Amino acid sequence: MSIDFPTTDKSLGLTPGRPDLDLLQRVGLGLLGVGVAVLIAATLAAGLRGWASLLLILGLITAGSLVYSFRTYLREPAGIRNNRAVTASLTGRGALGWLAGVVLTAFYCIHYWKDAWFAGLHDVFDPISLAIVGKETDKYFFYALLYTVAVLIMGVRALLRYRHNRYQIVRTCMVMFSQFVFAFSIPFIMARIAGKEFWPSYFWPLGYTSLFPENAEDLIFNRGALGAFIFGWGVIMILVATPILTWFFGKRWYCSWVCGCGGLANTFGDGWRHLSDKSMRAWKIERVTIFSVLAFVIITTGALWPLNSRVKAAMAPFEAVGIEQVRSEDPDLPPGAGIKAVKALAESDPAGYGVAAESLLSRLKLHNRVSKTYAFLIGSIFAGVIGTGFYPILGTRVWCRFGCPMAAILGTMQRFFSRFRITTNGAQCISCGNCSKYCEMGIDVRWYAQRGQNIVRASCVGCGMCAAVCPRGVLSLENGPRDNRLPEPISLTLPQKSGIQAAVRTD
Amino acid sequence: MRHHIIIGNGIAGTTTARHLRKHSSEDRITIISKESDYFFSRTALMYIYMGHMTYNDTKPYEDQFWRKNRIDLVRDTVLAIDPAAKSLQLENGGTVGYDTLTLALGSEPNKWGWPGQDLDGVRGLYSKQDLEYMEQYTAGISGAVVVGGGLIGIEMVEMLISRGIPTAFLVRDDSFWNGVLPAEESAMLNEHILEHHVDLRLESELAEVLADDNGRASAVLTKDGEEIPCQFVGLTAGVHPNIDFLKDHPAIETNRGILVDELFRTSAPDIYAAGDCAEVRDPAPGRRGIEAVWYTGKMHGEYIARTICGDPQAYDPGVWWNSAKFMDIEYQTYGLVPATCPDDERDFFWRDPAAQRCLRIRYQAGTEKVTGFNLFGLRGRHVVCEHWIQCGATLSEVIDELGALNFDPEFYRGFESAVRQQHGGASVSPVRKGLFSNLLRSLQPK
Repeated sequence: MSIDFPTTDKSLGLTPGRPDLDLLQRVGLGLLGVGVAVLIAATLAAGLRGWASLLLILGLITAGSLVYSFRTYLREPAGIRNNRAVTASLTGRGALGWLAGVVLTAFYCIHYWKDAWFAGLHDVFDPISLAIVGKETDKYFFYALLYTVAVLIMGVRALLRYRHNRYQIVRTCMVMFSQFVFAFSIPFIMARIAGKEFWPSYFWPLGYTSLFPENAEDLIFNRGALGAFIFGWGVIMILVATPILTWFFGKRWYCSWVCGCGGLANTFGDGWRHLSDKSMRAWKIERVTIFSVLAFVIITTGALWPLNSRVKAAMAPFEAVGIEQVRSEDPDLPPGAGIKAVKALAESDPAGYGVAAESLLSRLKLHNRVSKTYAFLIGSIFAGVIGTGFYPILGTRVWCRFGCPMAAILGTMQRFFSRFRITTNGAQCISCGNCSKYCEMGIDVRWYAQRGQNIVRASCVGCGMCAAVCPRGVLSLENGPRDNRLPEPISLTLPQKSGIQAAVRTD
Repeated sequence: MRHHIIIGNGIAGTTTARHLRKHSSEDRITIISKESDYFFSRTALMYIYMGHMTYNDTKPYEDQFWRKNRIDLVRDTVLAIDPAAKSLQLENGGTVGYDTLTLALGSEPNKWGWPGQDLDGVRGLYSKQDLEYMEQYTAGISGAVVVGGGLIGIEMVEMLISRGIPTAFLVRDDSFWNGVLPAEESAMLNEHILEHHVDLRLESELAEVLADDNGRASAVLTKDGEEIPCQFVGLTAGVHPNIDFLKDHPAIETNRGILVDELFRTSAPDIYAAGDCAEVRDPAPGRRGIEAVWYTGKMHGEYIARTICGDPQAYDPGVWWNSAKFMDIEYQTYGLVPATCPDDERDFFWRDPAAQRCLRIRYQAGTEKVTGFNLFGLRGRHVVCEHWIQCGATLSEVIDELGALNFDPEFYRGFESAVRQQHGGASVSPVRKGLFSNLLRSLQPK
């Protein structure tokens, strides 16, 4: 007899335990649905916008989500309950999962390249944008707001889901705080009061533009003390704070405590974390792609500086006539303003400006092409469309694992220059595979645990979920002396007495 | 080049094969299994049912691992063993010769002759086929009964309630697993089981499984005469070695299991036995001949590979330990902690008044040397507990240095100070949790 195990079912699959939804859960989902409906109505009809409808939308969505989450998780005793994670349609790559993937991917494509289609949606949030930034909602503010709401609401869900686990509680609170303060409040309040956004938790190479020449020069030369502080902050974070913190705590201090990409994965994306690919093949691909992106951002940043000098040199003939803002891609200028002016000058005086204009335009084109290629391929397609859009198909950390250049640097430090490791507790592992399954980074944790080896892997973000789902208490995230951080596999036939000397220093 | 055949692809057989390959790069190695094409983790069957993992996720090695290590996998049933001719009779594959043979046959669930025990919808849980059966027979049902209050029993209960199936749990004793656990631990687990809305029936025994018109289980009749309607009955009253086809074998001596010496040799030449089906002839004091747990199967496999490859070492299982998870409560035990404390030993017991977690330390009455630990809802560090027992650390030393034992995740509420307070001994500066406990005093060479 052979029966196929069920692969997917049609149910909603958000519940950890019993498939049936009770009244409160239905009420929660209903409120959420009404909130989304009002949002759609306000998007389509300008007359429905304003503080009242915005508060109604946010209130309904928040209340609905929270009612649903509280009921769903408090219905069951506290503990790890991944019931139906692989069989439910939404979390097990069923029809709902694919649908969610398509919706998220479409959202990112429109957000990056057809944002005019979202104009009505953006306008719904004007009251908040006017209050905080002092101008109507642009796509950046809209996206940051949506992102923050997702992290906060789904963060509460994570807190309920892992309420028995204090590591997860502390970490989730930090992730929510970091998103709300560092990646939303500070940047937009700074934009309002100082005229310059400041993203304290994003620095080169993840926040790649911060070392691009236009930005760096602007901060250093045009923005006074504040600009110098912002520039210095980024440099100190990557050159000083990152190595020190990674030495003591591993890359987790950033990847699963501070970074917004990790924050979204561990809150909004938590239900999809098990979809990451655990195969050896995926690990091989990962090592190639992540360092390729790192090389790409280094080469792009390095190349832009001489290209920028060449542009500036070619601008010299035009400075006399007062055309300064040639760099037409600056979002604060009308598109193409500088280029049009240069072209007009060249046409009015072909003998005087023709060659110079041609040279300037071609240099400018090359500069912009180099700068935009990285933004398009990595910033938009990899980190956004694939990284988040494919959550329900490929799992939540595709960008963090295969692409993020910051993770490449942190991971290399973690592998070779860190006191962090996941300790394996003696010979306790029963090879069940929960640790590997729920590793969002696709590490085959079991491979090490069943050999009694500690886990020291560049990609580990220290989310702690392997230790949480382990039914035998085999794994523990630890920082400590580096002796025996990478021990040999244990032997069960050799006298165990030597084990203690290896595991615990006696000096 | 020799040909090593292993029957059974569970943890014992697989470990034997892997270590044979480590010690010998040339020999031919074949694993025969009737259960599955590839090694999977039997302990994870419950997680497939609950939807935590797929069957493929329970395979500890990728399929290409076996090709890469040149370990041949054969799906077949062994019908007979001929030690004189050194050959096996397979159901489909004809006759196969071997140079060494390792029997890693595993267990099968006990059935104690209950009327109705072979009805449709009545099954134990050990193999992949058992799980497939359970999957089929519990689909859409409105009630189940699990018979037998042990480790597999409570797992089966957890599986069934994860599907929202109301489940009655028949436990013969007056408290869950109290043949093994002291009263306090057992009582705490009773509380926990009830919190999960399980219909826990203590001092309740199966009399008969009743059938409907189609010969399928429809109810359970207890010895108290109570009838519990259900469509599935889980039999989890222990397991026994799966050696039926070897009973009365002329060359391979068996008792409850296949009898082996300290090198895991059976009474037949070049035939070894490992894991659940092996019964050690002269077990170490305090140990049983058959120990059907995961890590002993692993140990046996490593020992057999050494014996076969000319580096034999007598079996020394070390300090006994085991671990399990009862719903949401993790359990670890190190050393020997029988349910009833022996006369010449004493207990130190701490229970968290605010949570379901507790710690029992058993020690010798006069010397205060610790002999065993029970931990519930706490994670202990294996090497530390083992070391304390081996080197005869005293209760006071252990309590002073309790931080070294603590393997809980970061930020978890500590238990060291509460335990120390209850013990009452004036403490020197407490030892920190985690890797910084390297300042341990009792671990210094004495």
